[in-house]
Amino acid sequence: MSAETDDALFTDIDLGWEHRKNRIFLGLIFAASMFGVVMLALLLLDVATDFYVGITEYNISLGEFFTRDGSRREELSGFRGAIVASIFLMVLTAILSFFVGVGSAIYLEEYAPNNRTTRLIEANLANLAGVPSIVYGLLALAAFVNGIGMGPILVAGAIALALLVMPIIIVSTQEALRAVPDGLRNGSYATGATEWQTIRRVVLPAAIPGIMTGTILALARAIGETAPLIMVGAIFVNRVPFGPFDRFSAMPTQIYNWANEPSQHFIHLAAVGIVVLLAFMFVMNGIAIYVRNRYETEV
Amino acid sequence: MSTQTNSGPGITGGGAQADQTTNRRVRRALFGCTIITVLTTLAIFFVLIDNAASYFFGAKLTEMLMGATGEQAVTFTEFFTGTRWAPDHATPAHGVAPIVFGTVAVTVGAAFVSIPIGTATAIYLSEYASDGVRAKLKPTLEILAGIPTIVYGYFAIAFVNPVIIGPIADALFGINVGRYSLLSGMLVVGIMTIPMVSSISEDAMSAVPDDLRNGAYALGATKYDVSTKIVLPASISGVFASYILAVSRAIGETMAVSLAAGYTANITANPFDEIMTMTAYMVQMARGTSAVGTVEYQSLFAVGVLLFVMTLTMNLLNDWFKRRFQEEYR
Repeated sequence: MSAETDDALFTDIDLGWEHRKNRIFLGLIFAASMFGVVMLALLLLDVATDFYVGITEYNISLGEFFTRDGSRREELSGFRGAIVASIFLMVLTAILSFFVGVGSAIYLEEYAPNNRTTRLIEANLANLAGVPSIVYGLLALAAFVNGIGMGPILVAGAIALALLVMPIIIVSTQEALRAVPDGLRNGSYATGATEWQTIRRVVLPAAIPGIMTGTILALARAIGETAPLIMVGAIFVNRVPFGPFDRFSAMPTQIYNWANEPSQHFIHLAAVGIVVLLAFMFVMNGIAIYVRNRYETEV
Repeated sequence: MSTQTNSGPGITGGGAQADQTTNRRVRRALFGCTIITVLTTLAIFFVLIDNAASYFFGAKLTEMLMGATGEQAVTFTEFFTGTRWAPDHATPAHGVAPIVFGTVAVTVGAAFVSIPIGTATAIYLSEYASDGVRAKLKPTLEILAGIPTIVYGYFAIAFVNPVIIGPIADALFGINVGRYSLLSGMLVVGIMTIPMVSSISEDAMSAVPDDLRNGAYALGATKYDVSTKIVLPASISGVFASYILAVSRAIGETMAVSLAAGYTANITANPFDEIMTMTAYMVQMARGTSAVGTVEYQSLFAVGVLLFVMTLTMNLLNDWFKRRFQEEYR
């Protein structure tokens, strides 16, 4: 190729502009990436400021906040009933969802034949994960609260939350089971063990840290869920629930009630509540990470 | 294992048979667990349709099977073509259009925030960012997805609406913004769906084989050309799947929109107005005291069916795009 044709070919390309275009583009997408980070910072900063202002200017005492229940009177309002209810809810949700969720995952990963039924179950699971949380609330409202006459009690809320987190627990358990190498299974089969013996003695011990991590993360999501609880009717009560069959209002629903009040005092109570809720989630996430790092053995 | 072979008469003895029986029983029990997930879906369908039937025909499906005939409560014509939504009003109106408008407006507005920003973030993470930056930026953005929606609602009502939108609307247009506004709903839902778009799009972009990129670089392409003309088109089904997921999440979003956009059913072109989404209506009804079995109570389920159908359509579409993308690179 001669020099003349090269010139003719490339004269219409302005290399300087190509490079500038590249730099402008990088600037734009970097700014866009930072938008999310800035919004996260703003959100946390806003909550922290309102928390601080609530304690200093609105005289919300943390001691009273933890020892008083919700109230119509802003200066008497606390979070105790909501915290206790949320802890109850978490325990019930864990009991209701863990065994069924892990059981389903074991069936799907270890037993299920590769046929149409299995594929249908898997597709249904993917769809369940995309159902809006409020729909689980509607289900619990119609089937349990009013259908069999449970009323707006803790168990009804826990059922809604358990159904909501079930797909998450199943998928994370499946991943944990998949991470167990087939060599371990085959070794067990070679000794003449049945599938269940292999699962119980070989696969589950290796997968349990992953399963626990996934379950704790799912529960950390459930503790912040508000919509299903509101549908179940968990907003009219302020006091500490006396047991799983008592009426209740949990942390997120109490925050919702406060945030909806026009008074600034209530808004700041909501901010203090949010800090407590986020602290719970932070601790649960921390435990999940600890379990993963501490017990997950390289196989 | 070993204990059983000791007690059994031999390798094919009673112990091994008992083990097989246990295995079969466990298998059946675990299959039962799996069936619960299928039953959940069926129960959702059944409960929503059963109660919605009562809203339209005055009797639940189950009651009709027993021979009950209700009076027609709300006609389909009124439900789908009416333009006023006030089932709990003294003069009730059952046109669902205003709250469907609310949901669609918030969803479209949120998409205008999350899609461009999420896509740009995904391109930055997948094509430009160094490993160190990516290792910090990605988990930071995923925190956005982990924050409870009620906190976004609080952010809207305590900060976005009064501190950002209010003063701007007042300064530019002289409009007095109330406690709630459509724009505030669009913004917070947009922000909370950014990580969905960025994370899943980035996964799709990272899955594009390097051969394609290297081919373009060999022809003298800049990184900008490679990102927009090679990587984005090659990963487009995966990117679309992330958009649809974000839209689906925005449709079903409840707490953030309730606290951000408000509880007044309203078809409006003014983004500073208060509106009501389908989900906000359900929340408002649940906070009220309407008795079980009244038309207001049953309206919850008619709106629920509509919401469920909308998100189900999005989920199926998402699934289709995802499968198409997997086929391309496998």
